[in-house]
Amino acid sequence: MCNQTVCLVQAAIEREGITTVSISLLREVVSVLKPPRALFVPFPMGFPLGVPNDTQLQHRVIAAALELLGRNDTPILEEFKG
Amino acid sequence: MATYDDLSLHVRLFMKGYPFARYAIEPALCARLARPLSESRVALVTTAGLRAPEQAGFDHSIKMGDTSFREIANTIETRALIESHRSYAFDRSGVQADVNVAFPLDRFRELESQGVIGELNHRHFSFMGSIVGPRKLIEETAPQVARKLRGDLVDAIFLTPM
Repeated sequence: MCNQTVCLVQAAIEREGITTVSISLLREVVSVLKPPRALFVPFPMGFPLGVPNDTQLQHRVIAAALELLGRNDTPILEEFKG
Repeated sequence: MATYDDLSLHVRLFMKGYPFARYAIEPALCARLARPLSESRVALVTTAGLRAPEQAGFDHSIKMGDTSFREIANTIETRALIESHRSYAFDRSGVQADVNVAFPLDRFRELESQGVIGELNHRHFSFMGSIVGPRKLIEETAPQVARKLRGDLVDAIFLTPM
């Protein structure tokens, strides 16, 4: 349900005029909810940024997500390629 | 990538039967970034159920899910954050070893010092994501957080599930 909750909070924030991007762990949920900008990551539930203490991987995930902030062809569902 | 197949049978059956389409965000929303990211004020929002030590825990006895939120000060020591998510659908070991795996505040501090983002907001927000009945979230608590962030003149938000 976490992925749905993220989408719903994200929608409320974007509706206030603030640009948002989220990390998504469950394609089945996010492809139905269609938040403005989402990055699918190939990690298990509980690990949205990848691997604990792997700062380089965490930064790559964040960079890929932040890149979506500049796009306005919403809803955007992009896949993290590593 | 996590799929329904990775979840326990009980959770999988629940997810397959849950009416996610009822909450589809339509029509699509789009707020343009007002300024370059390097000049933007950024805040984090997580549904990992994190809280500061002095804050009350999320109420796991609410059957449809606790829709409240906690403000996380930007100055907090990330190791002090307490994870109190209700769901048993995932492995907690990662966030217990390194909270940045779900709430990457230390990574965003590095981006701030590198000038990749303009600055971090003075506060961030945490929900407990295991909310089965999201009506109160949609009508009350999510808009409350959105208005607080707008009041803080935040330009961009990075959200993470758990």
